[in-house]
Amino acid sequence: MTNRLSPFLGTMIIVGFAFLYGPIASVIVYSFNASRLVTVWAGFSTRWYVELLSNDQIRNAALTSFEIALISATGALILGTLAGFVLSRYRRFAGRTIFGGLITGPLVMPEVITGLSLLLLFVALGQAIGWPKERGVLTIAIAHITLGMAYVSVVVEARLSSFDRSLEEAALDLGAKPAKVFAVITLPLIAPALVAGWLLAFTLSLDDLVIASFTSGPSATTLPMVIFSSVRMGVSPQINALATLLLVAVAAAVLIAGRILARTRNSPTT
Amino acid sequence: MTADRWRHALVIAMPYAWLLLFFAAPFAIVLKISLADQAIGIPPYTPLMAEGKIQATIANYQFLFSDSLYARAYLNALWYAAWATFGCLLIGYPLAYGIVRAPLPWRSTLLLFVILPFWTSYLIRVYAWIGLLKGNGLINNLLIGAGLIHEPLALINDAFAIYVGLIYTYLPYMVLPLYAALEKLDPALLEAASDLGCRPSTAFRRVTLPLSMPGVIAGCLLVFIPMCGEFVIPDLLGGPNQLMIGKVLWDEFFTNRDWPVASAVAVAMLVLLVLPMAAVRRQLTGESV
Repeated sequence: MTNRLSPFLGTMIIVGFAFLYGPIASVIVYSFNASRLVTVWAGFSTRWYVELLSNDQIRNAALTSFEIALISATGALILGTLAGFVLSRYRRFAGRTIFGGLITGPLVMPEVITGLSLLLLFVALGQAIGWPKERGVLTIAIAHITLGMAYVSVVVEARLSSFDRSLEEAALDLGAKPAKVFAVITLPLIAPALVAGWLLAFTLSLDDLVIASFTSGPSATTLPMVIFSSVRMGVSPQINALATLLLVAVAAAVLIAGRILARTRNSPTT
Repeated sequence: MTADRWRHALVIAMPYAWLLLFFAAPFAIVLKISLADQAIGIPPYTPLMAEGKIQATIANYQFLFSDSLYARAYLNALWYAAWATFGCLLIGYPLAYGIVRAPLPWRSTLLLFVILPFWTSYLIRVYAWIGLLKGNGLINNLLIGAGLIHEPLALINDAFAIYVGLIYTYLPYMVLPLYAALEKLDPALLEAASDLGCRPSTAFRRVTLPLSMPGVIAGCLLVFIPMCGEFVIPDLLGGPNQLMIGKVLWDEFFTNRDWPVASAVAVAMLVLLVLPMAAVRRQLTGESV
């Protein structure tokens, strides 16, 4: 019974995956198109990749995006892990309900609202206390930390509530200090969730257009902003090439991370 | 013990303070600015307190109600999001069910490949559809090449493109909760139904579907709100005539530079969309928010 895949369901799997991957495949194929006309095939060429690599605007935007993603993924990891601990370990404290609402809020809030509200906060703070003086990398990173920590906390909470707490208790009984228990027992056990959470926050930050557009200033232009303004002008083969590089990089990172996570999950320590 | 309590307090306080400052406080400011007037200068709105008096105006809200554009954009967003949620369900349910029924060694790989597009750039996935749907795009070229049509179909800058974009982008979010719910289903229940003479279609309607309802509800809730607030999809695929409330907010802010009206739109979205949906979610799932 469990291994019977009806023809209908088999077809739906094929149709579903064709729907998911067809458009992505078309971008990759046309990035190697020699023609400037994006939809007319004129032979294989890598000229758009060559042009892409000499495009300063895109390279600078990519560097800015990576800088923001590194800062915000790391910040989100720290705050999100703490929040995950609070959600799974501290069942009762004053304001628990509000905390639960605040941490899941960024997950369901439409991005335009999050973006606008953070921008207005930064403007109001700038007027009131003179900080932030100007909007840019830092303000985008703060916005992305807020979004990313919500995702990290969900992943960490799930991991914390699934592992055996008697391991920690045993270490405490044997005289280990709480800090040592955390470093030697807890941290290695939740490490896969931390890796997954960091990667999630990193890609969310790298990918975000709406919140970054609101919270950015003249000094910082991220990669999605450049892609968006270029795409608004129409389809361009350089964007196809850039899209292909991003897709391949992300797919490779996710597949490798998936491997690592699967291996640690199957190992006897967990 | 006191050291423990201090540590606990610190662990709670750090994320809590961050969220209060960067997630909760901003809404108070949005509310404040939605009651201000547009002004020329930096920042482009009037202060709420001036010369010791409170200067609040509800003119921005009156404006939202007097110009039918805002109501239409809001209703359009609900309409598009509702149908696209249904579309996600129509494609996502059989897909999730197929993966649950697939041979065990394939399952995790199939699931991984459903999630993979979710990790790749959202903007690029929307962009991919422009190349497929536009007048001289791949789909029109294929249809003309096959002799099925002579003139290119107007696939882009239309409601159709918005539906395709929404369903495509949010499908992974729908499949995951459906998969989780369907995986828990005990196959013995279906065997029992079939032993008792139940036809497969009836067994699906009376056993599988009711038992997977938590997944259906979770998936629908997960995709509906962000769909309503979408900006990128209506902007890139829908063209200038397809209004959605998220795009209206963006245009008020970036094109008209009217911060107070943009804030009023945000408050209206919160009150008319996010809070009711949070209440529905709480009612249906028992979760907070």
